[in-house]
Amino acid sequence: MRLLRPLLVVFGQSVLVFLIFFATPGADPAARLAGRGAPPETIAAVRAEYGLDQALPVQYVALMRRLFVTRDLPSYVNRGQLVVPAVLGAAPITLALSVGAAALWCVAGLLIGLARARRWDGLVLALGLVGTSIPVFWLAEIVALSTQGWARGWFGWVPPLGMRPSGLGGFLAQMVLPCATLAVVYAGVYGRVLRTSIRAAAAAPHVRVAHALGLAPHRVLTRHVLSAALVPAVALLGLDLGALLGGGTILIEVVFGLPGLGRLTYTALTTLDLSMVMACTIYAAVLVAVCNAVADAIVRWLTPSG
Amino acid sequence: MGRVAAILLALLVGACLAAPLYAAHVSGTDPFRTNVLGALPDGAPVMEALPGQLGAVPVGPGWRGAYALGADGLGRDVAARLLYGGRASLAIAAGATLICLTLAAVLGVLAGFLAGPVDAVIAGGLDLLWAFPVTLLAICLAAVLVGSEQGGSLLIPAGILSVVYIPYVARPIRAQVAGLRHAEFVTAARATGAAPTRVLIRHILPQLRGTLLAFLPLVAGMVLLTEASLSVLSIGVQAPHASWGTLLSDGQALVSSRPLVAIAPGVLILITVLCLNVLASTTKQRP
Repeated sequence: MRLLRPLLVVFGQSVLVFLIFFATPGADPAARLAGRGAPPETIAAVRAEYGLDQALPVQYVALMRRLFVTRDLPSYVNRGQLVVPAVLGAAPITLALSVGAAALWCVAGLLIGLARARRWDGLVLALGLVGTSIPVFWLAEIVALSTQGWARGWFGWVPPLGMRPSGLGGFLAQMVLPCATLAVVYAGVYGRVLRTSIRAAAAAPHVRVAHALGLAPHRVLTRHVLSAALVPAVALLGLDLGALLGGGTILIEVVFGLPGLGRLTYTALTTLDLSMVMACTIYAAVLVAVCNAVADAIVRWLTPSG
Repeated sequence: MGRVAAILLALLVGACLAAPLYAAHVSGTDPFRTNVLGALPDGAPVMEALPGQLGAVPVGPGWRGAYALGADGLGRDVAARLLYGGRASLAIAAGATLICLTLAAVLGVLAGFLAGPVDAVIAGGLDLLWAFPVTLLAICLAAVLVGSEQGGSLLIPAGILSVVYIPYVARPIRAQVAGLRHAEFVTAARATGAAPTRVLIRHILPQLRGTLLAFLPLVAGMVLLTEASLSVLSIGVQAPHASWGTLLSDGQALVSSRPLVAIAPGVLILITVLCLNVLASTTKQRP
């Protein structure tokens, strides 16, 4: 059942995306997939290619086969471009951006969480409130504008916007600011969650017993406090990382010019390239489901009772 | 804190509602007409050529009624557009939030109160939507709907945004109703022979008011932020309408020459959402 659940979720979500694209009443999917102002021959070709005159379940199976097995779905707006290789080529950048950002905000959140003094409570609360209220596109634009503009003196090591092949060091330098921008949004919230749970865990009876038995403080912290205190944060992390993989990085990628899934979705949306949008969303949904399943597994592993 | 946020929010809403008054009496500009060849009241051109740069740059901010915050790339008054954009953004936020809370309450109450197979279907659907990222769902819906005949209406983004946030509200409501079903006062009401509908209306629904009120500012804030994202992605509010999100994306082309055009709408979004979130955190503390 535990292994079955993520599979069920992926199935349900792919059906959902399929229904939105192919069964929304009042719109002809063939005309939309063919692109803006497409000639009737193209629309007819699309209809034949997707088997749109067949029953919906048949269409669904055929589409999934073309997306995941044969991977030869073409784009009709960008003639001849195969959709799935483009998606698979872009996914690592989005993955790196999301995981990098998550690593940054987890470290920041842990530091905030471990600084237990009550007088920081107001500051942490404010940080969380501001973080969740910032339009991330705007923040990214300001970061890009200042680091490329008036603050260039301090940020000379940051490469210009965009992505150029320049080895591992260049890649990391390219990713630092986008990751940090995303991390700002989440750091305060994680700090608050971790502070609350660390406080609760540190007050538990078994922790006092461990201290009384004379265990080293760092050992009590890692073995007895953190293992319990991390559970809510990990559960949250699964959802937030999923949200980033599922479109949360789009605007960051657009501003910083990173050629990931998000920018692919963005260009596909501006050119109304629906087959590309569909492939991006379905693959992103798979990433999200994997991410949620991993988070669930970690939570179960951290929870002693199982 | 909560009071400051409420006052600030009321001021912002009032200013945006007064947008036509501002355009008619203070600025005297039409925020929706392109005015690349026009001139300011003092005769200076709206678009000026900067020495050593290609193309024209709109005028910057200055102490005057018209074009107080300068012009955008098409020579339109940024200050007036911000107010009109705020009307659209706030209208979408208010409409989407109300629709979302209503639908979520109906679904949550049905699932929690009826239990059994109805609950299984609704809860399963909500779980599925819950695990599906909001942005992704909004993109799918918008990509399909924006191209349709009614694509230009504000109802489309409002409808999309209300649907995507339903699980956030409906899941806690369902849990609350399911818990209340076995609460002592409900059992007592049942024991006196009250009909299920009477139990629901008289005893369970009043308990939900606090939950819904706490969600109101929270959902409104999330809707505002997501509306801005969708509009930047060109699948939110469509021209000729303007919202803070579309102003944000209009400003992107001018970000190096007139950064204020891109920064100002973001500041307004930030302040509004911050006020809403502060309100949400203060209502949560009060039981």
